[in-house]
Amino acid sequence: MNSPFGNPDRPNSYIGKTVPRPNAARLVQGRGSYVDDLVLPRMVHVVFVRSPHAHARIRGIDADTALEVKGVLRVFTGADIAEVCTPWVGVLAHLKGLKSPPEHALAVDRACWVGEPVVAVVATTRAAAEDGAALVEVDYDSLPEVTDMMTALEPGTPVLHTDMGDNLAFQRLHDEGDVDAAFANAHTVIAAHFQTGRHTGVTLEPRSILVDWNPGEGQMTAWHATQAPHMIQVVLAEHLGLPESRVRVICGDVGGSYGIKVHIYPDEIATAAIAKIMARPVKFIADRLESFTTDIHARDHEIWGRIAVTEDGKILAFDIDDWTAIGAYSVYPRTSAIEGNQVVNLCGGPYDFKNYRAKTTVVFQNKTPTSQYRAVGHPIAVTVTEGLVDMAAAALGMDPVEIRRRNLFADDAYPAVSPAKMRFEGLSHHASLTKLVELMDYEALRADQAEAKSRGVVRGIGIASFIELTNPSPFMYGIGGARISAQDGCTVRMDPDGSIVAASSVTEQGQGTEAMLSQIVAEGVGVLPGQVRIITGDTQSTPYGGGTWASRGAGIGGEAALLAARALRGAILEVAGAMLQCPSGTLDIRDGAVVNMADGTDRMPLSELGRIVYFRGDTLPKGLPRELVQTRHYTPADYPFAFTNGVQASYVEVDTDTGAVKLLKHWCVEDCGRIINPQLVDEQIRGGIVQGLGAALFEELHYDAEGQLLNGSMADYLVPMAGEMPDMIIAHVETPTLESELGAKGAGEAGTAGAAAAVMNAINDALRPFGGEVMAMPFTPERVLRGLGMLKD
Amino acid sequence: MTAAFSDRIDIALTVNGESVEARVPAGRHLVDFLRLDLGLTGAHTSCEHGVCGACTVRVDGQAVRGCLMLAAQADGAEVWTIEGLSDTGAVADLQAAFVARNALQCGFCTPGMLVAAADLLAVGGVPDRATIREHLSGNYCRCTGYEAIIDAIQTVALARSEKGVA
Repeated sequence: MNSPFGNPDRPNSYIGKTVPRPNAARLVQGRGSYVDDLVLPRMVHVVFVRSPHAHARIRGIDADTALEVKGVLRVFTGADIAEVCTPWVGVLAHLKGLKSPPEHALAVDRACWVGEPVVAVVATTRAAAEDGAALVEVDYDSLPEVTDMMTALEPGTPVLHTDMGDNLAFQRLHDEGDVDAAFANAHTVIAAHFQTGRHTGVTLEPRSILVDWNPGEGQMTAWHATQAPHMIQVVLAEHLGLPESRVRVICGDVGGSYGIKVHIYPDEIATAAIAKIMARPVKFIADRLESFTTDIHARDHEIWGRIAVTEDGKILAFDIDDWTAIGAYSVYPRTSAIEGNQVVNLCGGPYDFKNYRAKTTVVFQNKTPTSQYRAVGHPIAVTVTEGLVDMAAAALGMDPVEIRRRNLFADDAYPAVSPAKMRFEGLSHHASLTKLVELMDYEALRADQAEAKSRGVVRGIGIASFIELTNPSPFMYGIGGARISAQDGCTVRMDPDGSIVAASSVTEQGQGTEAMLSQIVAEGVGVLPGQVRIITGDTQSTPYGGGTWASRGAGIGGEAALLAARALRGAILEVAGAMLQCPSGTLDIRDGAVVNMADGTDRMPLSELGRIVYFRGDTLPKGLPRELVQTRHYTPADYPFAFTNGVQASYVEVDTDTGAVKLLKHWCVEDCGRIINPQLVDEQIRGGIVQGLGAALFEELHYDAEGQLLNGSMADYLVPMAGEMPDMIIAHVETPTLESELGAKGAGEAGTAGAAAAVMNAINDALRPFGGEVMAMPFTPERVLRGLGMLKD
Repeated sequence: MTAAFSDRIDIALTVNGESVEARVPAGRHLVDFLRLDLGLTGAHTSCEHGVCGACTVRVDGQAVRGCLMLAAQADGAEVWTIEGLSDTGAVADLQAAFVARNALQCGFCTPGMLVAAADLLAVGGVPDRATIREHLSGNYCRCTGYEAIIDAIQTVALARSEKGVA
């Protein structure tokens, strides 16, 4: 059940207010501490020789010349690393049928994608290691490669992992109601084929890890740019044969993650293995080409979708056939089946309808592995769903807002279960849509569109409703056998000067985790946020937990912090009651001082209580509890996931001569439950939207038929830059989850979930009068011209 | 690598107002010299081919890419990094506006972004949003979506203009 946070005049009212981030001032001064900024005594650098082939047998490795380079110390092959590091398999038990072969840190006898690490060269400087790597000669026999997703399962296609019998990694079919009957009896049926481009996260800070092994202590320490320190601890321990307690993972400043830095990467594990062999610190920092060829890729789905509607626009059924190709291995330990699985879970998600069939088919190929990147599966499901809904509306001559009003789950329908069997505790689709229509002044925008048309300027409006999975319980990974915590903890303590230190297992990658925690702890204890110092990102000094992914930091980590802070408040007041000779229930803590609950009269600063407890405990009653350190944990239990909802809108201008799309403006109304810091939430939404806009207009990794990546640089792989991005209007509806005291759900992925679909619908709204339509992202000028029928070859 | 890259060259320059003399390999990029030899880790390396702007520093009054300039080319130059610009207070108003507007998230692009912004504001006047966006079009930020950055820079431009210091 929620605590009340609605009264802005309540004491210590920091939850719900914009409070500056405690770590921001340091970062604007260039005083951040990212992994590549660290230099340790005896530190060496590792550079990897990577496969230039999509699929090849490794016949031999000659490193003699490389070892002659001044500064080069050691060269390691796959066999060398395999002696100290066991391979892993990226499957989870609850993803029934998912298969993947064992994967080594360095390829042992076969390379399966361009960029797979094959040889490691260690030197005293990175430049020497790079010089050495260039001189390593690897003798390859190229093997037939599998690159096309849609023919991967055909009999004539080579089987990538012969032991597995075929190239099918995972398949799931969900069938609810009577889909065939619904389509047979529908007034209107729309079928469409959608594509989402293969893209990647392009974190500005490349993947980075620095690992030291101290044989004297029997301790491994990894400074790692990661979202999940405890997960990394588990994996390093398991595969390097160490007790978990002897692996410490430290995560300082991280230069962007977005899901990219929550996976196990072979080169990073190899770096740890080399540290163990050489017993000295080893640093690996990916370069930009390595980022493109070895950071996980995502999306790359082809989807055939159908929608059946009645004459008055009521949705009868969706029928979805989703295909994706995940590279040569399912990524460890979260797997590469989640995105396809999410498409099945999420299509049709905002709508109250009865008949639903969705199938995902996940195949292997000789490309970079794909896995979870911000908003996993959501942009695909939202694109398909909202694309079909808009096409149905157009076929019926119905306004896009109206068809949504007729089908969205009613705001009083909860709890509700979707045809995909997703359980919704409480959503606000209609309130959000109403707010969006007001914000964008929908009628005026339609008038502007018409006025522009009269001038020969082609504009379009697109809307996309969505649901978003946040606050995952153990149902996401734990039930599948992964040692990935769904629980998080927070330890809050009061020091003698009355200041508060909170150590949390959720991590900071810039989203404002530490600000959010400091606000919650300040309110929970009763101090100023500036009196709270936050510790995150260290497996040795924080409670155990999951980290920051799947929009869980505020909802789960924040709740643990609130519970711990309140427990500390109780412990402080118990001491205060004894010192002041009054019942502790008559006291409160406000702005860092003990006061009378009734009238707020100052009784004692916390620093005085701290002085007595720590230095003059003899003056307190013997046996009085004085535990000014409290730890609490939280894991969601009532629902597998806390779903949020929202709706986005895009206004675009299309140049029908060049195919160029200009983003004029973007809106998002979303409901992440309790908002802890309005500014941070808005900026999460904006940043997320822009990643979705990149997917819509720019981002796509291109491969040739031999599996060679063609655009592995930032000059060739386009990302959103300031010049092309629109201003974004953000607003909220707040439906707190009743599962926690705090009531917060996640906000980090909502922007990405719906942005691309809104843009697609806006472009199609613009093209429809010309008989044009686009369904393959990104919507490049070429594709827009093809959609208009102006390019035909 | 060609041997010439590792030939050593003597350079003398000022960095953040302090004179520096060093002997560097000819192939040493300015940003690597700053980060590895001088310990000035505020400028970051990311794309290392001049596209992302994370390594932007000020050289002889110009915002330049530290990854596209060799340390040897900075002989005799006056170089300012985010560390020095912070110490002198030269960009204090921009830094405060970035913090207040949350115009940074992970912070990896921020030092370069601030140098680029200071470069624009040094021209004077109050640039409109499109001009600010255009000026930053060589500085990649994956976190914010840029709007907060544009807001922060515009706020500072207005404030400087009102103070008459622009």
